[in-house]
Amino acid sequence: MMSLNDIKNLLAEKFGGEVVVKEIADGLQPQLVIKTELIANVCRELLENPATYFDFLSCVTGIDNGPQAGTMQVAYNLYSIPYNQHLTLKVEFARNKEDEALPVVPSVTTVWKTANWHERETYDFFGIVFEGHPDLRRILLPGDWQGYPLRKDYQQQDYYHGIKVEY
Amino acid sequence: MGLLDNKFENGGIIIAKADDLLNWARLSSLWPMGFGIACCAIEMMSTYASGYDLDRFGVFPRPSPRQSDVMIIAGTVTFKMADRIKRLYEQMPDPKYVISMGSCSNCGGPYWQHGYHVVKGVDRIIPVDVYVPGCPPRPEALIGGFLKLQEKIRNESLAAPKAIEKFMNQNQPVQ
Amino acid sequence: MPTKEIQYKYHKDNLSLSEPTLIKESELKSGEMLINLGPQHPSMHGVLRLEVVTDGELVKTVIPHLGYLHRCFEKHAEHLPYNQIIPFVDRLDYVAAMNCEHCYVMGVEKMLGIENTIPARIEYIRVLVAELNRISSHFIGVGAYGIDMGAFSPFLWLMRDREHINRLLEWVSGARMLYNYIWIGGLYYDLPVGFEERCIEFIRYLKPKLVELQKIIIENKIFIERTANVGILPLDLAINYGVSGPMLRGSGLRYDLRRVDNYSVYPELDFDIPIGTGEMGTTGDCWDRTNVRVQECRESVKIIEQCLHRLTTDLKRTRDFDPQAIVPKKIRPKAMEFYARGESAKGELGFFFRTTGNTDVPFRCKSRSPCFSNLSVLPAISKGVLIADLIAIVGSIDFVMGEVDR
Repeated sequence: MMSLNDIKNLLAEKFGGEVVVKEIADGLQPQLVIKTELIANVCRELLENPATYFDFLSCVTGIDNGPQAGTMQVAYNLYSIPYNQHLTLKVEFARNKEDEALPVVPSVTTVWKTANWHERETYDFFGIVFEGHPDLRRILLPGDWQGYPLRKDYQQQDYYHGIKVEY
Repeated sequence: MGLLDNKFENGGIIIAKADDLLNWARLSSLWPMGFGIACCAIEMMSTYASGYDLDRFGVFPRPSPRQSDVMIIAGTVTFKMADRIKRLYEQMPDPKYVISMGSCSNCGGPYWQHGYHVVKGVDRIIPVDVYVPGCPPRPEALIGGFLKLQEKIRNESLAAPKAIEKFMNQNQPVQ
Repeated sequence: MPTKEIQYKYHKDNLSLSEPTLIKESELKSGEMLINLGPQHPSMHGVLRLEVVTDGELVKTVIPHLGYLHRCFEKHAEHLPYNQIIPFVDRLDYVAAMNCEHCYVMGVEKMLGIENTIPARIEYIRVLVAELNRISSHFIGVGAYGIDMGAFSPFLWLMRDREHINRLLEWVSGARMLYNYIWIGGLYYDLPVGFEERCIEFIRYLKPKLVELQKIIIENKIFIERTANVGILPLDLAINYGVSGPMLRGSGLRYDLRRVDNYSVYPELDFDIPIGTGEMGTTGDCWDRTNVRVQECRESVKIIEQCLHRLTTDLKRTRDFDPQAIVPKKIRPKAMEFYARGESAKGELGFFFRTTGNTDVPFRCKSRSPCFSNLSVLPAISKGVLIADLIAIVGSIDFVMGEVDR
């Protein structure tokens, strides 16, 4: 069992001091905000290190903070079956404006295969591109759907194949 | 109509209108292509099973649209599914009927307000004959839906098939 | 106002644009076939589309296509207060709705900090209805699997038994399938008078039926030959793919969130956790998973008996018991992010909440559905099997599309 500080020190030794951008230890569940570019390496380290061994990725969640705040986040809920320990990792990055390219986050598909479909779903709902994902395309919405529905500024399209979308 | 055997005394000749005979044949053996999509599909399965047997009405589920008379849309229709439903409806041979089961296929159901991916009623895609309300409708309600469909078929007439009837009704002058 | 005219506009590319197949027909080698097990099929599992490339009768790749039942749960959860989301949570896994409600309500109660003030009677009633629903869900899973294999009678027998459970739950909550019964801080109604006796009668009726189920499916020679050594899921692959529930236990790991997280009153109840041991074939094959489900029905019966015993002795109903006593008028958790999980009939059902602390509406509520991760393992375990084995593997995963697509 490692405490949040131990995990932070472990990561700082391996990847340098600025890998952990922020630490939220006072809520019901401890969280570490990781630098966006290093998330895949951090996850591989947490999986393979015999002291932490986070082998179960429960959930990948995309969160849109809205056009005012201008950021989006992706939260990874990890769980270690042998040590019975939870950990939440987050990455935070800027939202893209109207005509900019979609934000890019490294994919953790090489670490846990379950992230394959979870990341496709996050791309589908938020438009976050996961770099290194073997097969990034829409999973729950049709291939020709316009827009990313769970963003805070999503406007429903009026018609889809001739059928009215609104009630 | 009663049991047919009692009606035959000598020779076994029945005289009936062709309309009545054909309608009776159609309504007594409605074979649905059970198109179970969501929660209503479980209630539809319960209605087929032994508790609320639908087989006593002549209703037996067929897996293929080419061999079925009626399509029960049981569950929420989404935009991704809409194209497929249209295609399946067109694959059914005439005369075909549609029962919309549950409030999701009637009008979008509980997802009407924020459901961006839900079609607000399957009647935006295919013409519906009977709407069965409920979320999910009880098996008795689905049986009631079938009985209502049977009434509707009983009133059909070969001399003026449905399409021409509708057309004639549209062009009636206002009195 | 809703319009009644047909609005659909036909275009020849509609189908291929809305869900394009990954493999193009022109890229296939000779001897290979692209089969589309489309969203409408006679199996009972729901609208799943499988794109299968076969070399003769052997399957080379399987690509599942989802989303035909995507009902925008997360969008609704961002616009409705916590207690009004409960009917939508029901409709996620609609065959085991009480389990979904239980996990969701536990999560919100932990966020509010009231999870230790729920009276014991309410907790026992919650576990009672959740276990009844777990049996109901496994009945549908095993029954539908029987139909896929060609065995029609077990399905009818199991639906008959499931009708009894539906009637009991209708007596408790008012609805046969989608209950809206477990509320944040309590229940909608108390158990009706006479329920405990009827439930004990039902358990007495059910025990020989479980023995019958064991004989007709689990020990059936044809079923064993079709499912043993088929679709073997090794344990490390299962954990990496995020598989949970009876599928993970079928691969040999004794991991059940009711024992690991010790939530609700499960620590006070005595039940075993069945796992797959490779009795009829290899550990982790389809037979093991189905066996785990049937044995879990037995364990649920044990739990129900213990709950009923407590509910009729020291937690008896009293005249002044109000199931809505602790239901808060305003559900406004502080600002936090929280991941709550519980063991639903299909596996680990989790809800990730992010709250802002100043509204009644969650800022983000994501549901982590067990069937989504369980289904993602399908392409990996069905390489080189026959097409009929593919149907066996799909049936043994026991997914519900309402949960996969949300």
